[in-house]
Formats: sequence, C-alpha cells, structure tokens
Amino acid sequence: MNTTRTIKIATAFISMIAIMVATVSCVHVKEYQKGKLNDSEMVLGNRKVEKTELSFQSYREGASGANAGKSGGGCGCN
Amino acid sequence: MKKLSLAVIALYVGLLSAFSQKTTTDSSVYKSRKLTFEEANIVSSYYQQDGNNSAVTGGIGTEKLTDISNAFQVKLRKYDRQNRKHTFDVEVGVDHYTSASSDKINPSTISSASAADTRFYPSVNWTMENEQKGSSIGAGLSTSTEYDYQSFGGSINFSKKILKKSGEFSARLQTFLDNVTLIQPIELRTNTRRDEDDDYATSPRNTYSVALSYAQVINQQMQVEFLVDAIYQKGYLGLPFHRIYFTNNAEKVENLPNSRFKLPIGVRLNYFAGDRLIVRAYYRYYQDDWGLMAHTLNIETPVKITPFFSISPFYRFYKQRAVNYFAPYKMHKITEQYFTSNYDLSSFNSNFYGAGFRLAPPTNVFGIQHLASMEMRYGHYAKNIGMQSDIVSLQLGFK
Repeated sequence: MNTTRTIKIATAFISMIAIMVATVSCVHVKEYQKGKLNDSEMVLGNRKVEKTELSFQSYREGASGANAGKSGGGCGCN
Repeated sequence: MKKLSLAVIALYVGLLSAFSQKTTTDSSVYKSRKLTFEEANIVSSYYQQDGNNSAVTGGIGTEKLTDISNAFQVKLRKYDRQNRKHTFDVEVGVDHYTSASSDKINPSTISSASAADTRFYPSVNWTMENEQKGSSIGAGLSTSTEYDYQSFGGSINFSKKILKKSGEFSARLQTFLDNVTLIQPIELRTNTRRDEDDDYATSPRNTYSVALSYAQVINQQMQVEFLVDAIYQKGYLGLPFHRIYFTNNAEKVENLPNSRFKLPIGVRLNYFAGDRLIVRAYYRYYQDDWGLMAHTLNIETPVKITPFFSISPFYRFYKQRAVNYFAPYKMHKITEQYFTSNYDLSSFNSNFYGAGFRLAPPTNVFGIQHLASMEMRYGHYAKNIGMQSDIVSLQLGFK
C-alpha cells in the first residue's frame, strides 16, 4: 500500500462529501423549532455508555478514529 | 384588641418582608461566577472474550480475557466577567483485566505479571465557551498507566458555530507520548535474569493526530456530521511478547514498521422519524499505509416508549482487509522484513449487535436524589474468524 493511493482515495471521499454538503438544501431552523434536534437521543457523537465498547473495538480491530473517540494512547496489549 | 391585631399584622408583614427574596435588577442575564457542579457520571462495564488466535502464542491458542472497567467523571462550570462559560471535566478510569494469553509470556510462573493487570487513566479537560459568539476553545491532559505501558496525552480543541448556528466546525489536535516496556517471551530473553519481571528496557511510541468535523442541521428532524482524522504514529508499534513462528520453525517476536499513517473518514446522520423513532446512522472508511482498509457501518434505532424512557436496538458491521505484514502461524518466511501473526490485523468481518435502554425522567430515577439518568446496554460481538465477546455497560448520570 502506498501513501499516494491513500491520499487519492481520501481526496475523492472528501470531494464527494463536499458535493453532498453543497447540494443538500438546508432549512434554517430557529431555536424554538429545535425540540427534536435537542432530544438527548439526537446528540451527534457517542454516548457515554459506549465508552468501553469503543475501547475494545479499537483494540480488537485494525481501524480506529473518525468517531470523536481516542485515536492513540493505551496499549491494547491483550 | 384592634391595636393587638394591627401589631400582629405588622409583625407578619415585617417577617414576610425579612424572609422574602430581594428583587434583582437584571436577573435574566446574571450568571453565577462561582465554580458550580454541573453533572457527574459513572460508567461501568464488564467485558469478556474468547477465541483461538492469540498473538502471544503466534496466532494459535486461547484469547480468553475478562475486563472490568469503571470511569468516574465530574463536570464543573463557572462564568467569567465576559460571561464566557468555563467547563472543567475531571475523569478517573480504572480497568482490571485478566488475560489467559498474557500468562503464556512466561508460562513457568504461576501467573506472570501481565496475566492480570490494572490500568489507571485520569484525565482533565477545560473548555471556554462564548455562547453569544458560538465559539469555544479548550485543552486537555491525560495519562494512562499499566504494568508494561505508560501513556501521556495532551490536546487542544476549537469549535465555531456558523450559518446562523445551524452548522458547527470543530478541530482537535492531539498527541500521545507513550512508552512500551519490552517484555519478551521467556524463551527469547537474552538477559541473565530471565525469570525477573522487572528492569526491562522501554521504547517510545508517539501518536499525533488532527481531527476535523463539521456538523450541519438539515431540517427540524435531521442533522449530519462529517469527520476526518489524520493520525501519524512513530516508534515501537508492535508488541514485544507477540511470538512469530516461521515456516522453518524458527521463532522471533513481531516486527512492524516504526511509523504508520492512518486516515479514517466518517459521516454520521441522525433522523427523528415521526414522534417516537430515531435513526442514528454512522459510516466510516479507513485506510492506512500498512495496507489495512476497513469499512464500518453502524445503525441504532432508539424508540421512545415515553418522552423519558427509550429502548435502543443497534447493529454494527465491520470489515477489514489485512495489513501487508500479516500471515498465520508458521506461514511467515524467515527472509521477510516485517511480520505479525496478530489476528486483530488480519482480514475479517465482524458483527456487533444488542440493545440498551435509557431512563431520563424530569425529576429523578427511581426516586434516588440527584440520579438524573440511567442507561444500560448489552452487546454481542463476533468475528468470522472465531473470536467472540460480550459486553454489558451501565451509565448513571447525577445532577
């Protein structure tokens, strides 16, 4: 695997996301209309109860990161 | 009598006046500048796994492991003279694990030092938020200590709300400066004190990462988030007690390149469908310069039974292609430069599924004072190469 290929794939992916963001029509939502968005189940990101799950997944799998969790540190020795 | 009544009324009014709250001139904007308790959380988990591809014994042998983890978090806040909110987040985590494979590092002992270990990992984070401008900055420090591994971490972060606060850009720079204690399998130790579990050399392992994310409100029911991390690791990236058995029956310890560049890219979408069902979806593409490529798809569908009680079934699919340096037991050639038989770096698919429930009533949970929320989750994880695990977690939130 070479770094150039990784960068090419990443560039293609980021471009795709940029196009998606540009084309999605966003409606301006006023604060009083954010009842559902502010629901505790709608929080973007991991829940606190998932803490250990994310930890064992990062040790038992080769991939990590891009989930607002840890991307380094710790041994994973076992 | 009339005089007495008037005196009693005057006394009553006087008392009312004395104990009544004083009118503040501008109570709507006043925020306490004292350090105030915001919330506390306890997360406890029990994890167990089993399999037959332990890296300690060269890709064969038991992977049996149990882990009990507990994390305690306290959040405090205060406002400064410019009405900026300062949040202080202090967390202490303690894990205790037992590992059957680690016992094979030195099988001559009844139980080698690493067969059961405790990891202690405190951290402290500070965030300063300007609610009017919709921006925040922060910094954090962390450390993690276990018998054969020491880690120090530092981070700085920044976020800014844009597009009339419907979008938010965040950036985080993070580093971990770690040290691996070089404990080799007993038969490969060259020092004279082969049976002593101390006085080992250490080797550094440093991680530097940049994490960027952008969250956008799409409409009243939907929001998305895009995440990109760039992670660079340098130093001793293998583990010194992972054995390798070659085709010619020779034995060495795992050897991996001393640098690794990882590039995970993720997207999250949360959708409130109707009044009760929420769809939480996540996809991640990952690639690194060791040849590992992975796809992760996660979907969770919390159903609100009442506004304060929800049940959340979830499913996660993960697929990875092996690193270039992986080969099973006795499949590596002695001429290879890098080699590992760690099945966590092999090609496999995994499924993780389970369910949880969450209670967050407006008063408190089960009438227990200050217990504001409770969440419990169980999950079963299975790789298509035989490894399986179960995890149960409990989170209690106090306010």
